[in-house]
Amino acid sequence: MKRIKLNVNVWRQSSNEDVGKFVKYTLSDLNSHMSFLEMLDVLNEKLIEEGNNPISFEHDCREGICGSCSMMINGEPHGPQKATTACQLHLFNFRDGDEVYVEPWRAKPFPIIKDLVVDRSSFDRIIQSGGYVSVNTGSAPDGNAIPIPQKDAKLAFDAAACIGCGACVASCKNASASLFVSAKIAQLAILPQGNPERKSRVINMINQMEEEGFGHCTNTGNCEAQCPKEISISNIEKMNQEYIKANL
Amino acid sequence: MKLKSNIPEGRLEAKWTKYRSTLPLVSPANKKKLDIIIVGTGLAGASAAASLAEMGYNIKSFCFQDSPRRAHSIAAQGGINAAKNYQNDGDSIYRLFYDTIKGGDYRSREANVYRLAEVSGNIIDQCVAQGVPFAREYGGTLDNRSFGGVQVSRTFYARGQTGQQLLLGAYSALSRQISKGQVKMYSKHEMLDLVVVDGKAKGIITRNLVNGKIERFSANAVVLATGGYGNVYYLSTNAMGSNTTAIWKAYKKGAAIANPCFTQIHPTCIPVSGKYQSKLTLMSESLRNDGRIWVPKKKNDSRNPNEIPEDERDYYLERRYPAFGNLVPRDIASRAAKERCDAGYGIGETGQAVYLDFRDAIKEFGEDTVRAKYGNLFDMYNKITDDDPYKTPMKIYPAVHYTMGGLWVDYNLMTTIPGLFAIGECNFSDHGANRLGASALMQGLADGYFVLPYTIGPYLSNEINSEKIDINHEAFVESEKSVKQNLSNFLTNEGTSTVESLHKKLGDIMWNYCGMARNKQGLLKALEEIKNLKKEYKEQIIVPGSSKELNLELEKAWRVEDFIGLGEVMINDALSREESCGGHFREEHQSEEGEALRNDDEFTFVSAWEYNGEKDPKLHKEQLNYENIKLTQRSYK
Ligand SMILES: Cc1cc2nc3c(=O)[nH]c(=O)nc-3n(C[C@H](O)[C@H](O)[C@H](O)COP(=O)(O)OP(=O)(O)OC[C@H]3O[C@@H](n4cnc5c(N)ncnc54)[C@H](O)[C@@H]3O)c2cc1C
Ligand code: FES
Repeated sequence: MKRIKLNVNVWRQSSNEDVGKFVKYTLSDLNSHMSFLEMLDVLNEKLIEEGNNPISFEHDCREGICGSCSMMINGEPHGPQKATTACQLHLFNFRDGDEVYVEPWRAKPFPIIKDLVVDRSSFDRIIQSGGYVSVNTGSAPDGNAIPIPQKDAKLAFDAAACIGCGACVASCKNASASLFVSAKIAQLAILPQGNPERKSRVINMINQMEEEGFGHCTNTGNCEAQCPKEISISNIEKMNQEYIKANL
Repeated sequence: MKLKSNIPEGRLEAKWTKYRSTLPLVSPANKKKLDIIIVGTGLAGASAAASLAEMGYNIKSFCFQDSPRRAHSIAAQGGINAAKNYQNDGDSIYRLFYDTIKGGDYRSREANVYRLAEVSGNIIDQCVAQGVPFAREYGGTLDNRSFGGVQVSRTFYARGQTGQQLLLGAYSALSRQISKGQVKMYSKHEMLDLVVVDGKAKGIITRNLVNGKIERFSANAVVLATGGYGNVYYLSTNAMGSNTTAIWKAYKKGAAIANPCFTQIHPTCIPVSGKYQSKLTLMSESLRNDGRIWVPKKKNDSRNPNEIPEDERDYYLERRYPAFGNLVPRDIASRAAKERCDAGYGIGETGQAVYLDFRDAIKEFGEDTVRAKYGNLFDMYNKITDDDPYKTPMKIYPAVHYTMGGLWVDYNLMTTIPGLFAIGECNFSDHGANRLGASALMQGLADGYFVLPYTIGPYLSNEINSEKIDINHEAFVESEKSVKQNLSNFLTNEGTSTVESLHKKLGDIMWNYCGMARNKQGLLKALEEIKNLKKEYKEQIIVPGSSKELNLELEKAWRVEDFIGLGEVMINDALSREESCGGHFREEHQSEEGEALRNDDEFTFVSAWEYNGEKDPKLHKEQLNYENIKLTQRSYK
């Protein structure tokens, strides 16, 4: 265990109408085993004790799976460590005296609510537009009735591992949600269960994505590089093929 | 208060089928007129909302996260049980039923558990149909793995992310109903009170967490699916927002809380590393298949573990339980670790940890094999601790993980308040005094997909003619007033202690006196300390900001207040249960070798606690009748 000091510059903004600015906080004597969010907890405790407002940020599972935590750390979604969410990032990845910048996701379809918290309900609406298989409870055949090759099950899982955090959007210069949307489309296109609604699904979900104001994909590849779950950009290719087929 | 379990007559195997076929039905035309509030969108809540909406009821669904997909169920790792017998290893509904009752140390209802085992197979079918990418064999059929405490392979899984995949399945079904307008979704809405009119649950009061607005919602029935309350211990493997508020408010309005002291402490978690620690991370139970647990034979041995020779290591589980070794059930493994650490043999900076060592497995099977099996867990461990478990043993320690206790419910999953139902981890049913691995996901989805949609029928069929309750009814007005008053008390208090610091204090009391081992003296001390804490909380707490905005401290403030209240009931429960069973270990009741001693003659009952104002809660007992299973002392030697 080491003790380190960090200069943490946090984006403070009281509401979407407010302009917002960076505020610098110096924290010394931090245990290097602390997680990044625990460092923010420590800072918040200090702020409250001094009569100030704590920093608002989303978090819940703190295990890298719920997709709640969402912040740019030094210009990268979820910070510098590959395949790691902000809540899984630990201070031993920083050096004593480092200058750290923390900001919210920046994208028009993710309006800022407060400090680091943004509104991501657009993602829910995209799933509602078609990200499901229409099967009522009780009407399913036996689980082994439809064999699925191990390879396909694995591919479907890889796509389904998306945690819906929005890092792909935040990392994209066009604020495109293509990686998020394509992951769901690919999962259900690979599996036989998704087949009957294949065409309507891809059309509806892409329409909804555009309606929400997300930009177009120009194949920059930042989303894949920054995705904490390493969702592959090949899903976007798959989505595009599905879209073309659906429109034939 | 009367506890009527409403278990149907008849043979165990026939109860559910017969009951289901004779339940009163609600006609499609009448379903359209009925509203149901469902609080919670985890496995239980999301599956119930989707299923009931498909049937034609109007659903209002609530969660405090920004999306229903982020409910705590998402974090479950290992898998979900089902009696499919796909492996042809002799599994059956009866065997799953038996394992669950035995694993629960004979403190659950036979009829409920049998029903759970009966519907378990349908859950897997439903999830597969939704597109849940379960692990498969080469031939394309579903794969299974084994879990602690059983001898068959009945656990279905999706890598180490089973909860995520199951929840996304339920979330997709829910999303479909939202798009159809059959479910109205209220994310970022926290239920702060239950509204009861003429003795029946008729609605809730919520706070919109984004803008602070207090709102009233009415319905013909209210379903709570709000998860477990492990965070009463401050540190647990639960998500940070998991809380007891909904069930606590229901309790204060007349719903009994059952077996609140039955807590599951999971043996393999990453130990606490410092005061700043905010939560604990679980390392899957599956690691105990190949990892060996040990501590040095010498006290306070600070040598590098790799330098400690074989004959100076104490593999205490293998020593104490030669038959099951490292694979004893969770409660036993946890207590054994505590025993060694308390005796001064713990390792690491705090002395509150033991080794989980893969040296021998790597020697025997090679690093690649171990990597293929546990690679993602080793990586996770490495990410958090900066240690490499391929080279040096993992450090682990038990942590609070799951709460078997919860709202008392009858066979219909209805609480003691008519019209108020409880499903998933927030009810007490099915797991007795100790839950088996991979059975929580099963129970949540059983309740939501296959039980509640039927068992809510009898109540609702009587609701068709009852008058719609207006949200201007005085019960709503009163409730709202008290919620607002409470919030304003927090904000105007001029204290100096943060909510967090007092939550930690509560956690210490609960962990030290009502944790892995309990005794009368300690519990009495805890009662006293918690009473003081209650007072301190009222007077000393400081909450910044206003109630008209996103205010995370304010959210914590009401949750912790409710945890303190619940903690007191838990301690009362632990005090009154003069026996050791499952996760409840009373030091006064142990054998000479330190094993738990049940007292079946006096304690084969469910403890249900009734709110009693400022006075101590009132205990009611539901006797448990075992007609099919013979009670025996568990032995793993
Ligand atoms: C790390 C970990 C791993 C696990 N692994 C497994 C496993 O492998 N197998 C297994 O069977 N079990 C496992 N469990 C246990 C299992 O995950 C839980 O018991 C189960 O998911 C609980 O589901 P639920 O639907 O009852 O509640 P939750 O998933 O906890 O959902 C609660 C819901 O209620 C909402 N809510 C709560 N309070 C309020 C309120 N006041 N107002 C509005 N909304 C509210 C929340 O927003 C949320 O939507 C694990 C648990 C943990 C912690
Ligand atoms: S808090 Fe859940 S992913 Fe970070």
